[in-house]
Amino acid sequence: MSEEKRTIVRVIGVTKTFTMGKVELQALKGVDLEIFAGEYVSIMGPSGSGKSTLFNMIGGLDKPTDGKVFIDEVDISQLDAFELAWLRNRKIGYIFQTFNLIPVMTALENVTLPMTFAGMNADDAQDKGIELLKLVGLGDRFQHKPLELSGGQQQRVAVARSLANDPSIILADEPTGNLDLSTGEEIIELLQMLSVERGVTIISATHDYKMLNVSDRVVWVRDGQVDRVERREELDITVGGIGDKLAGRTNGEEKA
Amino acid sequence: MNIPAGKVDRLISLPFSKSVEISYKSLKVRFFRSMITVSSLVLAVSFLSFVLVNLDVAAGLLEHGGKDAARALLQAGYDVDAAQNMVTMSAKERWIVILSLLVCTVGIINAQLMSVTERFSEIGVMKCLGALDSMILRIFMLEAAMQGLAGASVGALLGGIVSLLTNIIRFGFNAIHDLSILSMLGSVGIATLAGCLLSLLGVLYPALLAARMEPINAIRAEH
Repeated sequence: MSEEKRTIVRVIGVTKTFTMGKVELQALKGVDLEIFAGEYVSIMGPSGSGKSTLFNMIGGLDKPTDGKVFIDEVDISQLDAFELAWLRNRKIGYIFQTFNLIPVMTALENVTLPMTFAGMNADDAQDKGIELLKLVGLGDRFQHKPLELSGGQQQRVAVARSLANDPSIILADEPTGNLDLSTGEEIIELLQMLSVERGVTIISATHDYKMLNVSDRVVWVRDGQVDRVERREELDITVGGIGDKLAGRTNGEEKA
Repeated sequence: MNIPAGKVDRLISLPFSKSVEISYKSLKVRFFRSMITVSSLVLAVSFLSFVLVNLDVAAGLLEHGGKDAARALLQAGYDVDAAQNMVTMSAKERWIVILSLLVCTVGIINAQLMSVTERFSEIGVMKCLGALDSMILRIFMLEAAMQGLAGASVGALLGGIVSLLTNIIRFGFNAIHDLSILSMLGSVGIATLAGCLLSLLGVLYPALLAARMEPINAIRAEH
């Protein structure tokens, strides 16, 4: 890790309470987190741990009940609708578990849509879209509709789309959740390549242990709190222990 | 990250032609569904057009045929005001037309709500990619406008033609001979316009619902 670290995401004392009927559920109980530019960070935790909630906060998709989320030192709770749209359009690229491509558009149109929103002219967007699809290994299939592509290919299109406006952060919500083992690995490799070659900050919420090997840091979330943050070097030492961790998590999941 | 404060609204944009393209494609992909949505509009508008053109024909007959025509029209069930030489819609007829238009609007609202629900995740994704509320609203309104224009013009023409045919059968070719083309075109135009308005009215609530949705809820809705 370089000496000069620039903080790109800063989470300070974030709590989130959901009200379900009369029951109040505290999904996050005060989370502090700092993520640096160019890092590959995995947020790990069992379902119900508040992992997705934290993830949505960072992406500006949800607002914290208390506390603050800064992206590039800008407090996102202070942004109005236009500025939030701008943030989602230019600063953050989203990748979802269910791919979420727009079914009526071709792969290329899916990739160029964010560029259109950003005001890029159609020809430039077309060129850039093809270039991005080539980058993710789909150079020859850009006229296909999402349903004509396999799961892995759809997720590649989604990766290309997330890169459309050269965002500084890519948020991947269980990107391998709906993919088989080898396709999942390909997507992880792709994300790692982007992180290394393009210096994009990648934040991924996952419970896929394949992600551990490529992450610079792993944030373990448990019971609405950050349990611990581990760097990859520390993880390597305990590689033998991952199985135990897995078992530990499974118990935690049963409790949750 | 310094967002240039005043510029932000201009930074996110969707050219009008692109919105039209997106709307058109969505309609094309769901062609059968759109057809069913439109069919209720076609029926209601053709009924409106049928009634209006009937009146035009009757007015033409009355103007040229005098007393005989007035008697024939009365027999055929028209309200003839002999003093002012005018034919009007009977109250009952008026109510049926209004009711059919109301039922049609409710049908459109229902169909559009279903269409919005079906596309929750699509809308959520667009918002995640930076779409503004107004863009989503515009896309849905454009779709409704296209459906409205297509359905209403087909309906209006259909109603007009059926009306002419029935009048020819009833009153012979005098019906067409005496008919003022201008007023008939006016009636078809009014029916088309009314259909477009109803279609837009019907999509307003579903489109607002879609536009105001938080992206997180929209994406979650799928699961």
